[in-house]
Amino acid sequence: MSTATADTPPSGEKLTRKVLTGDHPTWCPGCGDFAVLAAFYRFLEQEQIPHEKIVTLAGIGCSSRFPYFVNTHGGHYIHGRSLPFAVGVSLSRDDLHVFVFGGDGDGFSIGGNHLDHTARKNVNLTYVIMDNFVYGLTKKQTSPTSPIGFKSKTDPTGAIDQPINPMKKLLASGATFVARSHAAQVKHMVEMYRRAYHHKGFSVVEILSECVEFYPGAFDAAVPRKQGQFIEIEEKKHDGTPEDEKRHDPSDEEAAFRLAHLEWPGVFGVFYETQRLTKNELEAQLNQRARERVKGKSDLEILRDTFAKMR
Amino acid sequence: MVSSDRSSQPISGAALQKEVLKDAVIRLAGNSQDGIQTIGGFLARLAGRTAQEVMTYMTIPSTISGGPSIFQVRMGTGEVLSAGDSADFLVAFYQHSLESHIDSLRERGVLIYDSDHVKPDLSDKRFIYFGVPITGLTIEAVGGSAREKGKNMFVLGLLARMFNLQIDKLRQLIQERFASKGESVLRNALLAFDAGFAYPADSVLKRYYYFEKEKDEDGRVQITMDGNQALAYGLIAAGVRYGAGYPITPWTSIMEILRSELPKYGGTFVQCEDELAAISTALGAAYAGHTAVTGSSGPGLSLKMEALGWAVMAEIPLIIVNIQRGGPSTGMPTNVEQSDLLQAIYGSHGDAPRVVIAPENVEGCFYCAIEAARIAREFSVPVIILSDQSLATRIEAFPEPDLEKLMITPQLDLAPRGADFKPYPLDGPTRHAPPGARIDGKYPTVTGLEHDEHGHPSANPAIHMRMTARRREKLKKLAASLPRPEIYGDQEGDVLLVGWGSTWGPIREAVRRLRAEDKLVGHVHLRHLHPLPNGLERLFTRFRQVFVVEMNDEGLYGFGQLATLLRGRYAYQSIRSITKTDGLPYKVREILEGVRRLSADHVSTFSLYPNL
Ligand SMILES: Cc1ncc(C[n+]2csc(CCOP(=O)(O)OP(=O)(O)O)c2C)c(N)n1
Ligand code: SF4
Ligand SMILES: [Mg+2]
Repeated sequence: MSTATADTPPSGEKLTRKVLTGDHPTWCPGCGDFAVLAAFYRFLEQEQIPHEKIVTLAGIGCSSRFPYFVNTHGGHYIHGRSLPFAVGVSLSRDDLHVFVFGGDGDGFSIGGNHLDHTARKNVNLTYVIMDNFVYGLTKKQTSPTSPIGFKSKTDPTGAIDQPINPMKKLLASGATFVARSHAAQVKHMVEMYRRAYHHKGFSVVEILSECVEFYPGAFDAAVPRKQGQFIEIEEKKHDGTPEDEKRHDPSDEEAAFRLAHLEWPGVFGVFYETQRLTKNELEAQLNQRARERVKGKSDLEILRDTFAKMR
Repeated sequence: MVSSDRSSQPISGAALQKEVLKDAVIRLAGNSQDGIQTIGGFLARLAGRTAQEVMTYMTIPSTISGGPSIFQVRMGTGEVLSAGDSADFLVAFYQHSLESHIDSLRERGVLIYDSDHVKPDLSDKRFIYFGVPITGLTIEAVGGSAREKGKNMFVLGLLARMFNLQIDKLRQLIQERFASKGESVLRNALLAFDAGFAYPADSVLKRYYYFEKEKDEDGRVQITMDGNQALAYGLIAAGVRYGAGYPITPWTSIMEILRSELPKYGGTFVQCEDELAAISTALGAAYAGHTAVTGSSGPGLSLKMEALGWAVMAEIPLIIVNIQRGGPSTGMPTNVEQSDLLQAIYGSHGDAPRVVIAPENVEGCFYCAIEAARIAREFSVPVIILSDQSLATRIEAFPEPDLEKLMITPQLDLAPRGADFKPYPLDGPTRHAPPGARIDGKYPTVTGLEHDEHGHPSANPAIHMRMTARRREKLKKLAASLPRPEIYGDQEGDVLLVGWGSTWGPIREAVRRLRAEDKLVGHVHLRHLHPLPNGLERLFTRFRQVFVVEMNDEGLYGFGQLATLLRGRYAYQSIRSITKTDGLPYKVREILEGVRRLSADHVSTFSLYPNL
């Protein structure tokens, strides 16, 4: 998403955790989503975006309750459609900072097509997918990221369908910023928020966020406390050292796909980042050209001229 | 109106007769690539410019290239109410055009045909034949390869000569239309047009036709456009600057216009990946503080229904255009039907009151767009505009709207809100605070969950009851503010015809004819379908019979969709249905037949009311 622009005058109010705290979260104790929220507060405290310009939007799911818990302008929309809703906000209000939250079902299943198109159009916003490999709100059905063999209420003998690989899907969709994080790593999440926010265009972060109720231990393999390994992507420093050879170049799409192909639990960090004109900029260019053609006429004059041709 | 002459040979030297016409129905039949819509468009525009009333009728084949296509234009000097039941003149480009449409030509009507392609049965004495080697003469005039494209201009010239149309104005219109397409295109168009005009049509037919002109009554300038254009420009006048859609016939041309027009006004129209995204994007813009629009045709409206429910619950203003076509499913995508009424009023889930209005003609499309935006903003509610395929593609002339008065400049209300900010006060209208507005207390999360006055989610039964009532009552408030429709024709008597949408013209013409037979007949046309205006009972009870005329099926219980609603609302047995499902606009004759059939049936011909 975009950087805070000079044309948005700060409101003067300091963003503190207290100011940012909304309703008390309704999540189950221990749910990974608490940490995703805490990291978001911390990120906002660091960035100090004008309060009234922050918009948090979501679809439906446990994770999609997020906007209630943040005291900013918010929208709790319908299942799977938060992205096209956010597109309407972003494209019609370039002064706002739009953050969208949701789950794996919301984003990859019912909203999967919207994700592809919002990504390819590079609409300026930040999308955070809280992936718990399960449908939490509806109480344990198979999700598009549930691994084969996962026993859910819709697959009591174990999931049989091939899950999607979120990183590959996001890369293939044409997203210009793709990152991955883990709810047990608050510092890492804050850093991913920061990078995503400062990226101009569509930025998406998948955060593995454990559903303690219906899929406990799903992400232990990446939790050092639980004998797992949290492997961060080392990005190229372009310092000419031999170690740098092995480091990841986030602008290298093929390399990003190779990272996405690593065995579970894979690696965390920025897989891919590239610069491409955003839809917001492209539409603005169209508008500028159209405005030049009507040469500073008022709306009334433009329409009157159109009607004159229909006489 | 045309006297007999079956010859197709020029008779030189014969004295030309002038025949004065009050109105004429001209049907052009060819293939879609022949550009016959263009001829129709020119005639319509010419008629608009010369203050003749005009109404057109066109069908587009659903196959994109090739395939038969017709355009019917009715030009008159008085009020033209329908596209005409049968044609006075038929222009046939091909044998198949002749065969499919000869039945639409009235007896003693004139068949104009391309004698290079069409061989009519000259022994059929019902018609007057006028063969012209249209293809050959166009090739001669234009030469080269563009020739097939010039046939429409040739025919336009031919008609200009026959009808003594204002050739200078037509040439000017051609210039305006083709100037941007390059010099050679314009030159060829004019060459073909001049060749058509030079053809001695009058000497062949021994007569020429002349539209009797009435005085320019109030001198108001007329503009000419189709219903979709009127809707699109109405939305712009109404201050709509953002929207989103997905293409589907016959809605598409609205989104095409908005896509290229809105940037001039600093707005944006987004082509989305599907209809669900389209309404969502439009709702996003509305949430962000704009008056926004989405639209579609039947199947697409169905896809928008879940999101519509959110808009009702969150009380977000939105305009949804639905251009009805024959359904269900892909149905008859290029035909007309009024079968989305119940979907528009009741579609979606839960108790989800929204506003539904329907334009009655092309001019009505413009004003419905303006009204829809006003209602959406004032009542914070989604408003569906139900137009249809025939209005969408039909060209009519109407007095140029007074933009000075009507034009709305959109404003974003980003004023700070105090700590007591309530988007849904129980005692007042809904007022959202769009993002960007500072809030001195808690910031709102606009939600599809049931909520209290502050917008906080709540599943409290009392709150759900209160808020359900609130969403209902605001529409009742709107109903109370609507003007009671007036009855056209007799104010009481035998039959009241009730219609909605594009059936306005044919119903009105039917009423005129019935009254000419000394029947006591009136016509009420409903623009506001949900909520209905108050006081209709006072209109309905003045007539022994109330026949609701609509283009949809009579359903399992014998009533069309509006009739079903009206019977549910008023429970009058006098309310009955005249319906049809052939996918074509109503012919006046069909309405008259319906009235006769129902009038003859005495089952429910009684009045509940002693004063009759
Ligand atoms: C149209 C529609 N279909 C289904 C549902 C029911 N539903 C609500 S949330 C959900 C899935 C939630 O899973 P996910 O998006 O992964 O979120 P989580 O609860 O796991 O955070 C479903 C199926 C709905 N609300 N709307
Ligand atoms: S059900 Fe799972 S995802 Fe939902 S709140 Fe509880 S732990 Fe979190
Ligand atoms: Mg989930």
